[in-house]
Amino acid sequence: MAAVTDEPAIRRGPAPGRLGNSIFKGFSLGSGIVIVVLLGLVAGFLLYRSLPAILASREQLEGVGFMQGRDLLSYVLPLAFGTVLSSAIALIVAVPLSIGIALFISHYAPRRLAQGLGYLVDLLAAIPSVVFGLWGVAFLMPLVGPVFAWLSENMGWFPPFSDYQAPARNLATAGLVLAVMILPIITATIREVFLQTPTLHEEASLALGATRWEMIRQAVLPFGRSGIISAAMLGMGRALGETMAVLLVLSPGFVINFFVLQPGQHQSIAANIASQLPEASGLGVDVLIATGLFLFLLTFFVNLAARAIIARRAEFSGAN
Amino acid sequence: MSKRIDVSDLNVYYGDFLAVEGVTMAMEARSVTALIGPSGCGKSTFLRTLNRMHEVIPGARVEGKAVMDGVDLYGKGVDPVEVRRQVGMVFQRPNPFPTMSIADNVLAGVKLNNRRMPRALAQETIEKALVGANLWNEVKDRLERPGSSLSGGQQQRLCIARAIAVEPQVLLMDEPCSALDPISTLAIEDLMNELKNDYTIVIVTHNMQQAARVSDRTGFFNIAGTGKPGHLIEMDDTSVMFSSPSEKATEDYISGRFG
Amino acid sequence: MSAVSTPPRPVRRTRRLPSFVPWAVLAGSVVVGVLLSLLSGELTPTGAILFGAVVYAIAITAISASVEGGRWARDRLATTLVTGAFLIATIPLISLVALVATRGSLRFGWRFLNDDMVGIFGAMTEGGVYHAIIGTVYVTGIAAIVAIPLGILTAVYLVEYAQPGPLKRAITVLVDVMTGIPSIVAGLFAYTVFVIFVGPQYKSALIGGVALALLMTPVVVRSVEEMLRLVPNELREAAYALGVPKWLTIVKVVLRTAIAGITTGIMISIARVIGETAPLLVTVGLVNNVNFDAFDGRIATLPVYVFRQYAQGGVSVDRAWAAALTLIIIVMLLNLVARLVSKFFSPKGVR
Repeated sequence: MAAVTDEPAIRRGPAPGRLGNSIFKGFSLGSGIVIVVLLGLVAGFLLYRSLPAILASREQLEGVGFMQGRDLLSYVLPLAFGTVLSSAIALIVAVPLSIGIALFISHYAPRRLAQGLGYLVDLLAAIPSVVFGLWGVAFLMPLVGPVFAWLSENMGWFPPFSDYQAPARNLATAGLVLAVMILPIITATIREVFLQTPTLHEEASLALGATRWEMIRQAVLPFGRSGIISAAMLGMGRALGETMAVLLVLSPGFVINFFVLQPGQHQSIAANIASQLPEASGLGVDVLIATGLFLFLLTFFVNLAARAIIARRAEFSGAN
Repeated sequence: MSKRIDVSDLNVYYGDFLAVEGVTMAMEARSVTALIGPSGCGKSTFLRTLNRMHEVIPGARVEGKAVMDGVDLYGKGVDPVEVRRQVGMVFQRPNPFPTMSIADNVLAGVKLNNRRMPRALAQETIEKALVGANLWNEVKDRLERPGSSLSGGQQQRLCIARAIAVEPQVLLMDEPCSALDPISTLAIEDLMNELKNDYTIVIVTHNMQQAARVSDRTGFFNIAGTGKPGHLIEMDDTSVMFSSPSEKATEDYISGRFG
Repeated sequence: MSAVSTPPRPVRRTRRLPSFVPWAVLAGSVVVGVLLSLLSGELTPTGAILFGAVVYAIAITAISASVEGGRWARDRLATTLVTGAFLIATIPLISLVALVATRGSLRFGWRFLNDDMVGIFGAMTEGGVYHAIIGTVYVTGIAAIVAIPLGILTAVYLVEYAQPGPLKRAITVLVDVMTGIPSIVAGLFAYTVFVIFVGPQYKSALIGGVALALLMTPVVVRSVEEMLRLVPNELREAAYALGVPKWLTIVKVVLRTAIAGITTGIMISIARVIGETAPLLVTVGLVNNVNFDAFDGRIATLPVYVFRQYAQGGVSVDRAWAAALTLIIIVMLLNLVARLVSKFFSPKGVR
């Protein structure tokens, strides 16, 4: 670095670090592509292994013990129905509750407490699903049993509430466990949106003399509406695929009906796979994988739709 | 270790948008060149083209020539990384590396490039750079403390020390005092007066008194309106620019009639 | 309350309830709740709380409506409901931890952690989870070895390299979608891959690890991405201005600055998959003895152990609870350490 040299200060030619740059960029790009390919592989492998089941004749499927002589469609449909119905129950319970919790954390709790409370809800997400299943059987079933009995006695004219039979190994209990399990993800998403509500809107509302609730209705809820919808769909995606809680709580059945207080009526796709696959063989495995493919596609599109709503909202609000 | 830069017919684009048009100017060795002008006139953009920092933004590109020491910075086979090692830069907000000690921040140019340096030489470099940045006496007893433990003005001088530790030819300063209080600003201005003995310094500033105080030559940038490219209106010795500029726009700006 | 006799003021004052009123109403509601619970049959805490909450909501709204007017009454009702929602949400967490702690402590202890299930049958109360802990460490370890580099590099690509375009959009969307893959589907995927390439008889920790890696990767990508975005651009520019090549800037400045947050995110993602049951149920199965070979043979894991022991009934149920307690302790410790890491090792001065 002498002050005066004949050599120009700037060297031509390949710069230091160029090789490192290409290698490192290559690896990170490669990883991104691996993820895309991986998802394709998941769909591909599942499809490949379900083909024998999809193409199998009725006679062949009759050889599969657990299908009890049904064809593939009439085997999948009740399962799909049970899956969607349990998730619907979970959503009906979890979404209003989550909105309340998110509002409490974002607008009601003292600011210093808010973060800790949010962490408390996040802890729920960390609890393994099998433990939730145990909790559902040991804590929730005895708790909701009397409530279900009361509902069945007094509002039994409403078909879903009719003919409760103890113990509460029914779809309603399973749905409640699922509700608790999807509470954290829904709450976290909604809370995020609520916290992004423009402070100006809130202050404008308060400055006009609104009560806190009026401010929330005028500024926070309209701003968060699409966030709530997408949060609900994310939660639904979770609930659709949840296995252990349903497996432990629900007494399975293969009927399409709305008697959610009766045991032995419904079953979810995921729980069915978990309970049948260890003993299945041959074509039976293919049938179960076919139901798994169906579940994959179902959650895939629910999640895709949820993300699309979030993305659209981000464009509108200009926030990212 | 000081070189002049000659810029001729330089256009800067962001994608299709022409941000700065047709700049021709010379930045003399061992002197301070100040670039002034209203916000958005492209002076910072222009400054960043001198060490190819604008390339960090996707879609940014440059036409024209910027020659330092006979080599066009935009010539074939010239890598931006190599350019930046010769043309250092100090930013608007002090940005010491938060994970590094004061000493490591000074040596960042060496350490981040995975180069080894004998211990004695490292100590010498640290002291030389910190003395050069007027910071040595304040931090010599706490070189192992994190860089973020310093005050804003000290952090900015640490950034200057970091920039001169790699012994560049040119030092670019992008509004180096705009985030600092008046006392820290004074310290940096004094420092610039000393640094120009060794470096070519180009500074962008919004503060006209500062330009008048520290620079030898001043260039005035302006834009005709929003969405139009910025131009270099005129450039002259600082004393001339602030007493009898030849352009009406320059006089208006300097006397505070607009901008 | 002297507002009655004062002359009209320019600012209208709303009559508000003194701040002790809600508390008084709450106390009254609890008493009424207990009474109602007694009336309805027997006194249970659930019943008392349930009735008390309903009584409070009605009472505070009615009192507020008569004194403060409808607008404030609605505000009080909303406050009650929102707070109630939060309190309800704490029930599962508290009851779950309490339940697992009490039922689990029956068997839990040093022997339980150091024993496997070889030679345990019938009504024997011995036996433990040593082999399952080893298996869980193996399976989760394999998942982590795959998911952590893959996740970090993908996040680096998305934040540092990707230009806006179809590839970036595709990866972002697919990572999002991947976070929603049902765990049982991940299990099925690993199962089919190994059945097709290795054969149906092959069972090992590796299959479970692949399934968990599929679940873990998107979580790692998301959290690392978030952390990289928190690193101020000014630091990258500072490094570039010193003539540091981009890849060294990423490794030594960006990743180095975000390391605490990345560690936290990774630990939380490990905690997330360590309790996954369904994919392991269909891939690695369960055995009674310790299996130190990650690439050959069935292996026991904690979540599957919990499920199987519980399904067996009898004295095995106690072992299931104790194993659940073990699992929860591991998960909570991971979460706790993760939070501490981010609290104490985050560089100061970065926002």
